[in-house]
Parts: sequence; C-alpha cells; structure tokens
Amino acid sequence: MKLLSRYFLLSLALFAGLAQAQLVIDVEGGDIGATPIAIVPFATSPDIAFDVAQIVDADLVRTGLFRSIPRADMLEKPSEPTKVDYRNWRAVGMDNLVIGSVRRSGQNIVVRFFLMDATRGVQLLGFDMPAVTPDQMRVVSHQIADLIYEKLTGNKGYFNTQIAYVTASGFGPGRRFELVVADADGYNPRSIATSREPLLSPAWSPDGKKLAFVGYERGRSSIYVNTLATGELKKLVSEKGINGAPAWSPDGSKMIVTLSFETNPDLYLIDLASGARRRLTEHYGIDTEAAISPDGLQVAFTSDRGGTPQIYLMSINGGEPRRLTFQGKQNLRPRYAPDGKSLVVVNAEGGKYTIASVDLQSGATRVITDGPQDESPSFAPNGTVVIYATAGRSNPELATVTTDGRVRQRLRQPGEVSQPAWGPVTR
Amino acid sequence: MKNNLALAAILAAAFTVSACGSKGLKELPPPPGSDTFDSGVSGSGLGGAGVGAGTGVGGSSIIAGGSAGYDLTAKTVYFAYDSAEIDTAGQGVITNFSRYLSATAGAKLRLEGHTDERGSAEYNVALAERRAQTVAREMKAAGVTDGQLSIVSYGKERPAAPGSTEEAYAKNRRVEIVQP
Repeated sequence: MKLLSRYFLLSLALFAGLAQAQLVIDVEGGDIGATPIAIVPFATSPDIAFDVAQIVDADLVRTGLFRSIPRADMLEKPSEPTKVDYRNWRAVGMDNLVIGSVRRSGQNIVVRFFLMDATRGVQLLGFDMPAVTPDQMRVVSHQIADLIYEKLTGNKGYFNTQIAYVTASGFGPGRRFELVVADADGYNPRSIATSREPLLSPAWSPDGKKLAFVGYERGRSSIYVNTLATGELKKLVSEKGINGAPAWSPDGSKMIVTLSFETNPDLYLIDLASGARRRLTEHYGIDTEAAISPDGLQVAFTSDRGGTPQIYLMSINGGEPRRLTFQGKQNLRPRYAPDGKSLVVVNAEGGKYTIASVDLQSGATRVITDGPQDESPSFAPNGTVVIYATAGRSNPELATVTTDGRVRQRLRQPGEVSQPAWGPVTR
Repeated sequence: MKNNLALAAILAAAFTVSACGSKGLKELPPPPGSDTFDSGVSGSGLGGAGVGAGTGVGGSSIIAGGSAGYDLTAKTVYFAYDSAEIDTAGQGVITNFSRYLSATAGAKLRLEGHTDERGSAEYNVALAERRAQTVAREMKAAGVTDGQLSIVSYGKERPAAPGSTEEAYAKNRRVEIVQP
C-alpha cells in the first residue's frame, strides 16, 4: 500500500471538521412488552450543564425494549437510593428506576448512578463513573445506558458505537458524495472524505480503528483504507475495472475484495501485511459483496452464476460455492450475525426490496422490513438490531429494525443517505 | 469533543506532511463526471491511466469537430431491468459511434455504466460494468480498437433522472458514451 500524495486529496478531499448535517432519529412503534423504566434527571451543580439522564433515556427507548415516563409525571426526583419512596414509582407503573448525580471531584467530573428494582425495592447497579472532561460526558452517558441494558436484557449494549454512511446530493455534474462517521445516536458526524465521484461500501476494521471504502479518481475506482485516528489514507488496490466490496476478516489481517481486471467480477483474498493476493472465485457470472463469517472460516457472497443474484457460501480457502438462498427472486449483499448462525441480506420479491434474515443451516428466509427499496443491512455489534438504507419520504434515508422485525427507527438528514455500516464496540 | 479536535489537528498535520511527498504526480484537474458532451465543461482528458497532465480537450469537440458525417447525437444506450442485452435503439447508437471511432484512429471514448436504484450498491456496480462491457464488445466487433475505449462502472450512484418511478428507472439503466 502506498501513501497518497496531497494531490489526490484535492479530488477526494479529507475533512477534519464536522459534517454539514446530522442525522435526526425518529422511533417508530415499539415493543408491546417494553419494560417500563423511569430515568430521573441527575442531581447536578449549575456549572455542569449536561443532561446525562436525557441521553440514557433516549438510548434505552430507541431500542424499543424500554418505555420511559415523562419527567412531568414523576412524583419525586431523588438522586440517592435512601431517598427513594418506591410507592411513588409503583404508582406510575415503573418496574425500574435510574437515579444519579454529577459532581466535580478535583479536576474530574464524577457521574454516579444507580439502577433500582422498583417492584422489590432493591439496588441492581451502582457505579461511580469518572469523566476527565465535560466532552466525555456523552461517552459516560452511553456507558451507563450499556450497563443498564446489559443488566436488564442480558445482551451487551451498543450505545458507545459509531456508524459510517455515505451522503449524496445533486444531479449530474453537481453531484457530491460524502463519507461520514457519526455516533450511533447520530451525534457528532465527522466527514471522512468528500468527492465528486461515488463513495461506496464503507467497511469497519474489526478493531474499529480503520475504515475501508471505495472511491473513484478520474474515472478509476480504488479501495482505500483510512486510519481514523490519524486521517492517514492508503490505497489498497486499484486495478483496471471494478475495485469494490471490501470485507475484513475477523482478525483484521485479511480482506476479501471484488476485482474485475482478469475477466469479470470475482472475489480475491488479500493478506494486508504482505499484500499477497489470491483469487477465490473464477466464474463468468458476477461474484461480489463478500462477507467473512465470525469464525473466519466461511465466505458468503452474491453471485448471479445461477441466472439471478443469490447468496452462495464458500470456504475462506475458495473451492466450490454452495447456493444458500432459494426464497425470493433475488438475494443480495449478505452480512453475518455476530453469533454466526444467520445472515441478513437484501431480498427481492414481487418488485419489492426488503431486508431478510437467512438461517445458515436451513436457508430459511424471514423478511423483517417492508421495503420497497431497502438495502445495505448491517448488524449492531450485539446482533439485536440491523441498520439499513431505505426509501424516505423524499430521499433515501437510514432505518434500524430489531431482528424480530418489531421495532424500527428512522435516521434522516437533508440529501440522500445510504450504505450504513455499524462499527464495533471500542470503548 | 476533545477527540475530534485532536483528530482535526492530526489530520491537518498529515495533510501538510504529505504535501512534501508527491511522487512526481502533476496537479490533478477536476475529476470526471462533468465531462459529458453536453456539459460544455472541459474534461481532464486523463482517462483511466492515472498519471499525466490534463489535455483540456473541449467537451464538445467530437460533435463540433471531426465527427462531420456521423450522427453522434444519441450518446446513451438503455437497458431492461437486471439485463445487459442491447436493443435495436441501442444497437443504432453503438453502430454510429463504431463507424466514427473506426474511421478516427486517434479518437478515444469512455463507456460509463449505470443502473437504476433498485438492489444493492456493489451488485449494481458489477451489473453496470457488464452493460458497459457489452457495449464495448459490440463496438470492437465493429472494428473499434481496445485502446480507443475505457470503461468505468458507477452502478446506481449517478442517476440521470431523479425519483423512484419506472420512467426514471428506464432512464437510469444506461451506458453513457462520454469523452474521457
């Protein structure tokens, strides 16, 4: 890989600043059996103008697994367990209660919180969380939401994660593309690259430190790897034809990409340390959109070798692929669930493109969204939620859905938003 | 956020440092995309080669200049859904450009493949490349040489028509013949 000169950066500009717009999130519906939880505003001193409870509340409610009550309906606002009168919470139907405080301790800020079981009147969690600077208050707030979520659901939280996505606006010569990384709640969007040509297929390294993506330079595509902390941009591969669909191995040492320079789109395995490259498929049909299983042994990919694009499975060492999907006119762009037992794919049937979950053993396909134009599914790190691109009221936007299909939210901003990729848990 | 400020500082540093490390590349003209015949905007003339100075050929030179006697007004070949097959109208466009290119040894063109917005991004990139390659194959069969054609596939990322209607889709499933 070679370091790019600044002249490249002129056409595919790197920005350090904030992206121009931020995603706004709407929750649609919710689980009928959502757990009631009250998140009381944290006691704080006037010089710390930060609302921890509001962020924790928003994180938990967005999962659809929890419902909270408005602050106006709270009969008391305690900040210590000894001050809680549980009758006040049972009276408004709350099973769980979160209270806490934010105070200065020397140079630091300490956020203290408690999760209380209101029905039994016992403490479930109690933590002091140090925040070195006010800027880290959001991180600490998400950590609190993670702890509560894990305690009450048994699953790992995913609130301190990031998503990458591509925005596009304009038509013809005026069209502009931007690759953005933002917190999973849409906050703090940063522009990673902008270009007058398409930006595609952002893919997080397993450690969350790098982002691979596809860009074009004067009509030639390349796969780039951006090191997020330093902004260093390396060109991984730029053959004639397609350079696309980067997929990391779980240990971050290899990548499968789609190249078409030899004949037509086929899959290639690249060892990132040595640059050694091995062709995995050789077929006159299209082979693309690879994903590597969490155990690193299997590859799922899109191929139209059977006439229509469907999902095929193959060993990481290549060999004869086996067709997995038979339900649906087309099945495209697989991504493995973190437990390795299922895939999410784009499923096309009756002119509608939806997101479907496919069981890796049986191939059974279960549609979990309504379409008509859904694509680019990507699992949250704990596997309970999938983010995807969908047709919005006026433009493409992002949405999430729980893997049971019951709870959804929309993430929109001006312009077209597409190709979401959910990053790993890193902090 | 503090992390952001740190990132900003490092990025700025990286930008400055890399400015010293150019490997003999000339400053790049704007990227293509605005280089269609209709735009009137001067293109980069770099094609897919990746190195070299822009030639600054005028965007409308083919129509205005050495194309006398060739009908090159229709510059787009359209396709059916999930198909790379060329219909009669498309064959006409290809024939016209093939005649022009065969008779004009120095002329070079780029075939830009596109799809409608339905389906996944990378499969559409592959499908759009297949369309552009089909056009290239037809042109070569008619006497156009390899060196006269380059191909780029944009998939569904650069629609010609907005909206999610069948009419828009039909306009977006296309190969555009443009000056590189």
